Amino acid sequence: MSAEKFQNPVVRWIDHRLPVFSMLDHEKYDYPVPKNLNYMWNFGVLAGMALAIMIVTGIVLAMSYTAHVDYAFESVERIMRDVNHGWLIRYIHMNTASFFFIVVYIHILRGLYYGSYKAPRELLWILGVVIFLLMMATAFMGYVLPWGQMSFWGATVITNLFSAIPIVGDSIVTLLWGGFSVDNATLNRFFSLHYLLPFVISGVVVLHIVALHRFGSNNPIGIDASGPQDTISFHPYYTIKDMVGIAVFLLLLAMTVFFFPNAMGHPDNYIPANALQTPAHIVPEWYFLPFYAILRAVPDKLGGVLLMFGAIAVLFILPWLDKSPVRSARFRPLFRIFFWLFLIDAILLGYLGGKPAEGIYVTLSRIATAWYFLHFLVILPLLSMFETTKPLPKSISEPVLGSSGRSA
Amino acid sequence: MLKRIFAAMLACTLAGPAMAASGNVELQRRDWSFSGPFGTFDKAAMQRGFQAYREVCAGCHSLELIAFRNFADLGYNEAEIKAIAAQYEVQDGPNDDGEMFMRPGIAADRIPSPYPNENAARAGNNGALPPDLSLITKARANGPDYLFSLLAGYKEAPEGVTVPEGMHYNAAYPGNLIAMPQPLYGEDVTYSDGADNSVEAISSDLVQFLMWAAEPKMEVRKRIGVAAVFFLSIFVIFSYLAKRRIWADVH
Repeated sequence: MSAEKFQNPVVRWIDHRLPVFSMLDHEKYDYPVPKNLNYMWNFGVLAGMALAIMIVTGIVLAMSYTAHVDYAFESVERIMRDVNHGWLIRYIHMNTASFFFIVVYIHILRGLYYGSYKAPRELLWILGVVIFLLMMATAFMGYVLPWGQMSFWGATVITNLFSAIPIVGDSIVTLLWGGFSVDNATLNRFFSLHYLLPFVISGVVVLHIVALHRFGSNNPIGIDASGPQDTISFHPYYTIKDMVGIAVFLLLLAMTVFFFPNAMGHPDNYIPANALQTPAHIVPEWYFLPFYAILRAVPDKLGGVLLMFGAIAVLFILPWLDKSPVRSARFRPLFRIFFWLFLIDAILLGYLGGKPAEGIYVTLSRIATAWYFLHFLVILPLLSMFETTKPLPKSISEPVLGSSGRSA
Repeated sequence: MLKRIFAAMLACTLAGPAMAASGNVELQRRDWSFSGPFGTFDKAAMQRGFQAYREVCAGCHSLELIAFRNFADLGYNEAEIKAIAAQYEVQDGPNDDGEMFMRPGIAADRIPSPYPNENAARAGNNGALPPDLSLITKARANGPDYLFSLLAGYKEAPEGVTVPEGMHYNAAYPGNLIAMPQPLYGEDVTYSDGADNSVEAISSDLVQFLMWAAEPKMEVRKRIGVAAVFFLSIFVIFSYLAKRRIWADVH
């Protein structure tokens, strides 16, 4: 690992004083990665890429955006019409936000399926949940900035949730608003925080990666690498494999940005905010819908808020709810069934979140919400006690050699 | 009176797109030249649509985000744009005496709005506010089809439906009661190119024009999109082939 390994004298000179090249070299070649990672392991890199796209396009958008209730909507339309390629930058920012959530949801589901949250990766998982929470806050505040009808009413509904907190609730809401209603002060502080939080996320991402590199990636089999025969270097194997994922990601993103840029948005946000006209249905962005459904499933406001935050809080303690020593769902037949049921439940919650809170939808929301918590708080602990797991392979190499490389 | 204003306001409010899918709303699906990845605007139709907007809609509906210079997209040249702008009176000022004054429009001006403010617009329309049309096709679910269906959707109210005074029955409007009186009856506009001026034809021209107004960069967006998707598809293929080759020695 000495600087001698670099041919270029300038690189060697710098590396001797500031070992950045050694560091990169170390990550590229010396960091052992299980050789059996499948394409599900692309999504961490993809999330990082989405974050980078969001920051770059966001900084450029901020150059032409005006955070004032009288000008915000018009300034966004200026970006769409008069700023050179402003429409492109805004559509990329808008749609990458959705793609960021798609990618992160798949990343989380991968972690759930392959037991990536288990020892010794509990902190890695918890940092991931922190990133997820920060993302939600950032996305929510970003959606307010164009100051359309859904921006305004979404902000009103969501900030009002905090008033359910006993005693200090109303003070918190006033603090969030910077006044006594969602108004210019709210827009200004949301813009300020929307600009700040992505850099906080970047910081937590660094910690997430430090924690990852402590024990390395989990893998589809969920057993630890037993030696060099089970691992390969990150470069070129996973750089090129990630490249395939990045290419597909960019292709799908481009199709959306160029051909269906508004498909994941709500038409009402092209109507300027109006405090005197409530939209027929106030719905948050699609990626919040499962949590919105949980919120509305409870007849009590405080209860709804608690359950909604509880739905994320439960992820923090997941490593201690599922204590099964077997990580991967491949060797946990019952867990696997319940994983898919959970996924169906989450999708159902998302569907219900977009429906009006009436009739059959309310009943279904309650059942789906109950199942969500049942899965984490009852089923997983019980499974880890009573499930009979399949025998684990002796090493990663064994099934890789046996399965003609399908998993790679 | 107050009740009527309230009813009209409510009717305007309910134009929410979430409603468009529910209830007794008839949406006519049409093939638009601008749909699909290769879709383009029909310039002749947009020019006719602008004429129809100007002669029929502009009395009540503003088009605040559109400047005359944008009409280059409709196929007008610089001289034509100047001539169109000059037909409008635009308020400017204050001049050296501190007075606002009127002058003929120039290419850089935005299209003047019919009313000076929202209150004036409501006062002129029984309390209902005619919405600005700059983004209307994007601000409604299935915007182009919805707008077309709305313009062509005025009908006799069916049995059992009472239409309050100042309201009108419309098959495409959520709730079916709309404050806007029927704008088109056919032959409302005489096109210089002799094109069809039935209700459907004028509605279709208006949709072309207003879709452009809402999404003026659509053509360049799709053009770049086709190139980007073509490039990225090749990128996908080559990265996959490279991956196969690099991984060949692992298994």
